[in-house]
Amino acid sequence: MNETAAPPVLRARGLGKSYGKNAGLVRAVDEVDLDVAAGETVAVMGPSGCGKSTLLHLLGGLDRPTAGEVYLNGRRIDGLGERALARVRRDAVGFVFQAFHLMDELSAVENVELPALLAGQSARRARRRATGLLDQVGLADRARFLPSALSGGQRQRVAIARALIAEPQVVMADEPTGNLDSEATLEVLRLFESLHNAGQTLVIVTHDSRIAATADRLITMRDGAFVDETRLTGGSTGNLAALIGLEG
Amino acid sequence: MGRLPLIGRLIGRDLRRRPGQAGLLLLAVTAATSVLALGLVLHGVTSQPFQQTRAATRGPDVVAQLIAPPPAHGPLGPGQSSSSSSSSSSSESVAQEEKAELALARTLVREPGVTAHSGPYLTASGILRARGLTAGVEAEARDPAPAALDQPVVTAGHWVSNGGVVLERTFADGLGVGVGDRVTLDGRPLRVVGIAVTATASPYPNLCYADCVWEGGPGAFSRISPREVGLAWVTGATARAMTGYAAQGNDQAPSYLLNLKLEDPVAAQAFANRYSSGTSAGAVVLTPWQAIASADGLLVLDEQQVLAPGALLASLLALASVAVLAGGRMAQQTRRIGLLKAVGGTPWLVTAVLMAENLVLALLAAAAGLTVGWLTAPLVTSPGAGLLGTPGAPSMTLPIVGEVAAVALVVAVAATLVPAIRAARTSTVNALADSARRPRRGAGLIAVSARLPAPLLLGLRLIARRPRRALLTAASVAVTVTGIVAVLTFHSTADGMVSGASNGMSNPVVNRDEQMLMVLTVVLVALVTLNAICSTWTTMLDNRHAAALSRALGASPAQVSAGLCAALVIPALPGAVIGVPLGIGLFKVANHGGVTNAPPGWWLAVAVLVTLVALGLLSAIPARFGTRRPAAEALQAETA
Repeated sequence: MNETAAPPVLRARGLGKSYGKNAGLVRAVDEVDLDVAAGETVAVMGPSGCGKSTLLHLLGGLDRPTAGEVYLNGRRIDGLGERALARVRRDAVGFVFQAFHLMDELSAVENVELPALLAGQSARRARRRATGLLDQVGLADRARFLPSALSGGQRQRVAIARALIAEPQVVMADEPTGNLDSEATLEVLRLFESLHNAGQTLVIVTHDSRIAATADRLITMRDGAFVDETRLTGGSTGNLAALIGLEG
Repeated sequence: MGRLPLIGRLIGRDLRRRPGQAGLLLLAVTAATSVLALGLVLHGVTSQPFQQTRAATRGPDVVAQLIAPPPAHGPLGPGQSSSSSSSSSSSESVAQEEKAELALARTLVREPGVTAHSGPYLTASGILRARGLTAGVEAEARDPAPAALDQPVVTAGHWVSNGGVVLERTFADGLGVGVGDRVTLDGRPLRVVGIAVTATASPYPNLCYADCVWEGGPGAFSRISPREVGLAWVTGATARAMTGYAAQGNDQAPSYLLNLKLEDPVAAQAFANRYSSGTSAGAVVLTPWQAIASADGLLVLDEQQVLAPGALLASLLALASVAVLAGGRMAQQTRRIGLLKAVGGTPWLVTAVLMAENLVLALLAAAAGLTVGWLTAPLVTSPGAGLLGTPGAPSMTLPIVGEVAAVALVVAVAATLVPAIRAARTSTVNALADSARRPRRGAGLIAVSARLPAPLLLGLRLIARRPRRALLTAASVAVTVTGIVAVLTFHSTADGMVSGASNGMSNPVVNRDEQMLMVLTVVLVALVTLNAICSTWTTMLDNRHAAALSRALGASPAQVSAGLCAALVIPALPGAVIGVPLGIGLFKVANHGGVTNAPPGWWLAVAVLVTLVALGLLSAIPARFGTRRPAAEALQAETA
């Protein structure tokens, strides 16, 4: 990643999320500070239950923090109402989930165009953009397939195309390869690499060190807090397949 | 542990785990069974007041109407004249006929088995005017002294006196007159001196149902229908004066009433059958007390006729509610079903557990419905002003209990059998994973929805996912609108009768029907409210993943809520429209093909619109409630 003086696209200060009270209090995210620069790829690692996904949901406006502040492109979003948050998710953030979360009854292209339709784009424009994105992720010939007829890797590529349709400022991926085999993992990683090269800001939550190694910066979480931060050497350059152990 | 105790324990635990849903299910079936039970237990509810009235008025066992045969050329009214030559001959003929009637009366009182009698009393048909209203009246000439047999009980004022008239109580109520008010009888001014109740005739408006001698008014009064005739008691002089228009040209002999007491009152019908035949001089119509009691039950019969289709509608709505609730419960019990099967439960056991729970609730609802029906029957079936006393306890016979229980069980089985069998067939692994039932793909609706605003897009896609639920919504709304339109058609028809053919008198039968319809409407509206909330709640539960995902992709909670409402209102629209002709048809069937005035178009349009708006508002409550949960939480729950 190149150092830049530009203000961060995503910024969190003293971010916290806790559940329960008194002795039963659980701090899922505890006093987290984070800056993500434009075009940067940040990987967050940690064991299961350490608060990675919760952090991602707080950063993307899917959940509300109990403490701290979140800024997206300089605008504070943690105190926004649900309607405004919905607009943020629609226009500025794209999500990729471990479980893909595609609508079973919609074809690949219909899944991809859905956020655009919800944003009020015309059906024709949304379809054109969705078709283009499916082409970009290598699934142009699967556009009319239902999710049940796609492999895991193909489903995740559809989900990535869907995350990109609104041209978001940040794409947030929650264990994007957690349900995939090695080959599908490679497909997805290549896609993220191309996004990174195109200047897309990415925040990826993972517990797979091989995925994390492709990022510009690696943050390690434990018990809801950041315990380590490592700046990597330029992200996923070189032989990606070799990097993640698929090739010698 | 045996299977039955195991099933019992599982049912008990699940009911305790989901008391709200169990309560709603119980409520839906109870509403339907209550209406049905009420309709069934009404039978015979007026028999006790009739017996009380009969005892208080020393009612006869048989009432004999001695009627002269109608003249060959029909009766003539005031102002009409016949030729003078025929006048003298017809006067002789009338006198002979009257003599023959009285001779017949003397024969009847000497018949074996007759132990006492009162009368014969001269009766006269006439026109009564009071407070601008016009009605037919059957006036009976009575002595001021009380009779040993059939002495009407005076409930206000006093018994007949010169210049006074005593009116039967429901007739007086219909006219809105009381003691001291002035009326005219065939144009003669009289004062109402008393209000009384009798057991020798059915009260207004059913006087002519069993035993009326109303001859129809002359000329302008011929429009008065037999349902607008009441009973009055006058002195002999007044009655004779009323029949006086015979002197002006009416060549028909007056009629007489004779009350008979029999040695064996139970044999009154057989006695009547023997003598209800024409004679050479005149005719006698014998009405046994059982026929009068039966005619008194007409009030309740009407109520039963309202409640019977009402119970059917309520049962259909309950079926829809239970189907929605049961479907929702099954969806929530997927993991439980998987666990049952994983520990060795057979598909039969799974089906039994799921079915038995709803059957137990249905039986409880049947018991509750019977109790409600039994308790409310006396409240909604006062014997009316025509009888004395209070209604007795409604009959609760084994067939009634069986019928109500059967309807409740049929509703429960019809609503839960398919989901229970489907659950039993689910693969154990899938059930344990709690994987949601795969939604359907309605390609056409999905394509159309892409061109619509977000709420309609979400709503149409929900319909496409679960088309059977949409059909259920359409059916339940069709049933509701059918009920509402049937009520409106009743009002429209009743209004038409009052403003057109009717004389404007208050009709206790219509009033009571309106009360019944009001009760029924409240039950139907309550059921459809329940149904709307259950439908939305179940749709929301079933759709929680899609809704959470839509929110994650940028849909606002308002859009998701509006989408849920749209998913309910869109299929409701054709249901509501279909309900309009169905409601009018239902009224026609319940009215036995009688006169039907369809409500004005704007009434129907308002009914459809109000139903749809109410449905939308009702569905908005659970929809809003459901979108309060953070989207992330819902998404995580689905993948947990």
